[in-house]
Amino acid sequence: MYVATKGGERAIGAAHAWLDETGRGDPALPELTADQVQAQLGLAVDRVMAEGSCHDRGLAALAVKQSRGDLIEAAFLLRAYRTTLPRFGASAPLDTNAMAIQRRISATYKDLPGGQVLGPTFDYTHRLLDFRLAAAGQLPSGAPEAEANNEPTPRVTEMLAREGLMQREAESEAEPGDLTREPLSFPADRALRLQALARGDEGFLLSLGYSTQRGYGGNHPFVGEIRMGEVAVGFTPPELGFEIDLGDITVTECQMVNQFKGSRTEPPQFTRGYGLVFGHGERKAMSMALVDRALRASELGEAAEAPAQQQEFVLSHCDNVEATGFVEHLKLPHYVDFQSELENVRTMRASVEAAK
Amino acid sequence: MTHDPGYNFAYLDESTKRMIRRAILKAVAIPGHQVPFGSREMPLPYGWGTGGIQVTAAVLGPADVLKVIDQGSDDTTNAVSIRAFFRRTAGIATTESTEAATIIQTRHRIPERKLREDQILVYQVPIPEPLGRLEPRIAETRRMHAMADYGLMHVKLYEDIARHGHIATSYSYPVMVNGRYLMSPSPIPAFDNPKMDQMPALQLFGAGREKRIYAVPPYTSVKSLDFDDHPFRPIRAPHVCELCGSGDTYLDEVLTDDVGGRIFVCSDTDFCSERQAMKEAAE
Repeated sequence: MYVATKGGERAIGAAHAWLDETGRGDPALPELTADQVQAQLGLAVDRVMAEGSCHDRGLAALAVKQSRGDLIEAAFLLRAYRTTLPRFGASAPLDTNAMAIQRRISATYKDLPGGQVLGPTFDYTHRLLDFRLAAAGQLPSGAPEAEANNEPTPRVTEMLAREGLMQREAESEAEPGDLTREPLSFPADRALRLQALARGDEGFLLSLGYSTQRGYGGNHPFVGEIRMGEVAVGFTPPELGFEIDLGDITVTECQMVNQFKGSRTEPPQFTRGYGLVFGHGERKAMSMALVDRALRASELGEAAEAPAQQQEFVLSHCDNVEATGFVEHLKLPHYVDFQSELENVRTMRASVEAAK
Repeated sequence: MTHDPGYNFAYLDESTKRMIRRAILKAVAIPGHQVPFGSREMPLPYGWGTGGIQVTAAVLGPADVLKVIDQGSDDTTNAVSIRAFFRRTAGIATTESTEAATIIQTRHRIPERKLREDQILVYQVPIPEPLGRLEPRIAETRRMHAMADYGLMHVKLYEDIARHGHIATSYSYPVMVNGRYLMSPSPIPAFDNPKMDQMPALQLFGAGREKRIYAVPPYTSVKSLDFDDHPFRPIRAPHVCELCGSGDTYLDEVLTDDVGGRIFVCSDTDFCSERQAMKEAAE
């Protein structure tokens, strides 16, 4: 006779063994190393660090390898590791003004102090599959080198602010909240919103940002500036009492310049949408900046009717580790509830039949 | 048994456990009220019981005996996995016997056997907000709970009756706790709701993704919402268990072929196998 569900423990063990074997692929091929992933799939590593909310290229590369290239799974692995780490303090705010620039472009000025620096970008490549890459063993010819430009690279938004045309952000010495320690409550302040967006899913933010451009909460954005490069992380250990340099990390920052018609208390000026992500993540930084600005609708006295302007909607759904968990949990057994629904529908059908 | 030396007892660090215990104490003090807590990212996915696991980890001691069930069964894959997680990280004893357990973590069922004062029942909760399907904004539902403004739910149940002739909710059936807070019993079948009322065991509810903990202390009133002329009716398949012959337990329907063949068996596998053993002993 058929008896349901026995042997769960053995089935799980066997499934894990099969997963390991599948992940390794054809054993005749050399094994991919985490170092290779880090070096050659660097943008995947960057995305996993951003959404995994943990800056460690080595661990992120390991997560990409272990997850067989499933980047949400990789971000989940990195987050589950991150949550076990002790917290010994908070760094000083990053000074992106002092960034060692690899890429810096402005869409609002033809030329500006610090110049336009294209850097390693796909922007003007022709998207033709490069069949030379299919044949391994060829090294790229190498990029020409130039003297480092030590000219200061002031932020575009700061130059506008000096003219009074860009709204300055409120300054605060208060310790920013941390949504990984305290549950988010609404309305959330901007620091918490930016934390949520920085960890948020690139695809979700991209689509929301896109929706603002198509009229669902638009605010006429210009890319004031995108910059990518290394910034120093400073930290003041309590036992030393002065700031030390922990090292450099690569980040991408986007500052969107948005129109603001002014209000009773403020003259017409531009307002800022801000995006910052670990690594080279331009699409994410830009999307984040669009959504950050959209979420400021209420404080700027704009009607907050579009999805991208509603913070409960955006912040509750932008986390892909939460989202994937809850969507995928539908594959866990639900037969107890389904049985109740079966009896419910059968009862309803019976009463419809009886009424005929 | 010893636990994995790479992790603290029951995985979570002690300050996290303290934070969760404080939330639990508050939840016990205000029965049915959802207490926000700093839910941690666990090594199991959201939706797999991260809230229940954190609550269990916070109340678990080395002398506890843990039982984990999913859909009433100890052998469902996720129940197996959670039991293995605590065996590994806490080194505690586990059991499939409802009677022998001191802590029972459950998804979607309450055991058929009556629980005792020295037991804790930990529910895994996907959506803690009973009003969520009627009002998705948490800022708004918090206000509704504060004002005990539950008219919306009564209207929903009334509309069910107007449309179908009876209340068409068969699981996650909303309950009123201690006459004050509307609470989601988690997606247990409505059949299990009456077991929550005046239960001698402490009932704790953990929602990891939604970052909420709530509780029903022992011997607390838990009433399923209904109307005088449309009293609450628990739903079960009108059959007897094929294996143990029970006619008053919750049954799962098992398809045996693709031409309509089916049998009904107890969802609570421990209860069913105990009854089978008794039947065999009697024969």
